[in-house]
Amino acid sequence: MELRKDYFADVRKDGLHEIGQPRPRLDSPGHVTGKTTYFADRNFPGMLHLKMVRSPHHHARIRSIDTSEAEKHPGVVRVLTARDVPHNVYTILILIQVGPEDETVLADGKVRWKGEAVVAVLAETERAAQEAAAKVKVDYEVLPAVFDMEEALKPGAPLVNEYHGQNYYLYDSGECRKVRFGDVEAGFAQADHILEQSYQSSPIEHAPTETTGCVVAPEGNDRFTCYTNTQAMFFTLDNASIILQMPGSKLHFVGGTVGGGFGGKVDVIVEPIAILGAKLTGRPVSFVYSREEEMQISSPRAAEKVVIKDGAMKDGRIVARKVTGYTDAGAYSRHSPYGAQKGAAHYPGPYTIPNVWIDTYCVYTNRTPSSAMRGFGVTIGDFALEVQMDKLARLIGMDPLEFRFINAYRDGDMKAHRQPTEGAALIECMQEASRAANWPVAEKYMAMSSYRKGA
Amino acid sequence: MAIRRGRGVAAINYPTGMNLGGDPTQALVHSTPTGNFMVTLSSVDLGQGMKQIMAQICAETIGVPTDRVVIDTADTDTGPHCMGTFASRGTHRAGNAVIQAAKEARQVMLEVAAEELEVNASDLETDGQGNIQVKGAPQKSISIFDVALSAHFKRGRSISGRGMFLIPRSYPEKETGAMKPSTCYAHACTVAEVEVDDETGEVTVLTVKNVFEIGRALNPKMVEQQLVGGSWMGISHALYETTEPYYPNRDHGGTDFNQYLMPGPGDLAQTEITVLERPSADGPFGAKGPGEMCANPQIPAVANAVFDAVGVRIDTLPITPERILRALKAQAAG
Repeated sequence: MELRKDYFADVRKDGLHEIGQPRPRLDSPGHVTGKTTYFADRNFPGMLHLKMVRSPHHHARIRSIDTSEAEKHPGVVRVLTARDVPHNVYTILILIQVGPEDETVLADGKVRWKGEAVVAVLAETERAAQEAAAKVKVDYEVLPAVFDMEEALKPGAPLVNEYHGQNYYLYDSGECRKVRFGDVEAGFAQADHILEQSYQSSPIEHAPTETTGCVVAPEGNDRFTCYTNTQAMFFTLDNASIILQMPGSKLHFVGGTVGGGFGGKVDVIVEPIAILGAKLTGRPVSFVYSREEEMQISSPRAAEKVVIKDGAMKDGRIVARKVTGYTDAGAYSRHSPYGAQKGAAHYPGPYTIPNVWIDTYCVYTNRTPSSAMRGFGVTIGDFALEVQMDKLARLIGMDPLEFRFINAYRDGDMKAHRQPTEGAALIECMQEASRAANWPVAEKYMAMSSYRKGA
Repeated sequence: MAIRRGRGVAAINYPTGMNLGGDPTQALVHSTPTGNFMVTLSSVDLGQGMKQIMAQICAETIGVPTDRVVIDTADTDTGPHCMGTFASRGTHRAGNAVIQAAKEARQVMLEVAAEELEVNASDLETDGQGNIQVKGAPQKSISIFDVALSAHFKRGRSISGRGMFLIPRSYPEKETGAMKPSTCYAHACTVAEVEVDDETGEVTVLTVKNVFEIGRALNPKMVEQQLVGGSWMGISHALYETTEPYYPNRDHGGTDFNQYLMPGPGDLAQTEITVLERPSADGPFGAKGPGEMCANPQIPAVANAVFDAVGVRIDTLPITPERILRALKAQAAG
């Protein structure tokens, strides 16, 4: 790695004692010698293991659940269904007033994706829990499912989630989050070139070394300690408090050392049901995802579809950009309404464009609920934007790097969401990339700056 | 049939912190009787090194070596609220909270030292080695060890501080989308060079040259580890990963690391990192959050390089050999 201190030296105070120093990490020796304690290193006498009975169908009505055989299985201590969960219908972003509550801790009457949790089995061993889970009989009436976002948005499509009433999230702005800046149609009308293209991704797994999980121990005083690898301690505690209808003062969460997150551990999935199990049995409970659960049950990065229409001039200026983004939330919201909204704030990318129109949709389908992942709401958008930039440059007949200099945002430029640009550094990154990759650009671009006079 | 070479570029920015703000983080700092400093948080270390960075930020602010600082996180019985570790917010939000708490603790520490040295607190400075001295007269000094002992056992002072950082929440205007998503943005430009085998569709990423602007490299070695790891993840997203290979079809999803494709060590490119620092106005020592941003530009850079190599556009991720071969076949069919 090369640290180029010559850029922006005029606005930076160097020569600090500790900051800027490559100090060895204090936690590294513990990590590399296997001495660091993770949640799963907690082991308590009498600890039970929780395994889920999961839906084999993408969309189905539950006619009946029979747990009698499972309950008789040797080693089984307790079997939980929706009836046991005090506040079974929840949504995690309710803490920041983003509703409606749309998801069940344990399925009640319906399943909306293949893999959805239906019944929880608590047993003396993992094996007993797994074997007993196989003995739970659920009678399903299979319903039509929808997997494709375009199909889901058509009239008459199967309704994925009744708590929303339609297959998209309803923002205060309507069926999508909107950004309107300038007059995009006038921009297209004046453009020398128009390019409309569509981009697509599919779900992606966080693939942490340590799978999602927790260990809960009753403290004997009506309090429960939850050792967890959540990425957000109080967010998880507060949501557990709502789901369990238990005062937050009864909950004690311990964590902070996690074997990889990447956004996959900000849903609140394992903790509430494990605490409930500990409360109802009076015993410690361990609920840890298998690798298969981590890959197919825990939320992935959403699949996205991004449609970009651009108008550009012969001289390389982009004069209009219209972006329509679709985020496949799967069956439940989790963090997806936030992610789609973050996309609306990110487009049209780090470029100054006078006419912008953005619509971002959060769409429900019958698949594993997606949620946060590194680059949430932005990563796939950047793929689409930057491939589009490459295509536009070639369409106009310009060098792709020089084309970006022409449009790059600089200090003081007004963004589509009506914030003036501050602290820009895109131009300097491109100048340095030009040198590092031996990709020469015209001298006038190498002389540019993100600073503007007076800005 | 041939191995064809191409290169592609991408340039991006990325917001620091939770979109639209409203995401508080608190910190508490106190000294032990012998002048070590405890930082109490509820922030989560995901392996990226949050504890180390908070220790360096606290040490710099108080004026002690980093090994005098201990980070206590994340226990909800003791640690004050943190919204969580996500959205590239840990260093920025928790770092600011730690600075505020550490400043308050430093002020008490200087007041106690001033009483011991019989000078004004405003005339004192730290030497960064564990001592407090009179500005311009460094021979007149006292160790922080002795200051802490004095505070505890003689002066009855608590060398401690409270820190809180909150960017007020912004609400998007319904019709126009006017809003304030973030207060600062990191930047990147990446050039990727690939080889594509037009017979098998296989892509080999030869080099990835990344330039990242991150506000301030608080610990350059840790910055390097995060940026290199992110760059590899970008390649992985571009060419390999998905839980639903035939999306929107739900079948064929991988359930373990044999079935779920990720690059192995032999599949990773020669990776170069250059870091620029334009300090952000509200970041701790100017730092921005590069944690997410660093995995993004490689994806379009690789996609553009594949086009440069073989002249077909793969606009669906991941860019698999199957998709490349199908596109080449369609291209040949005209």
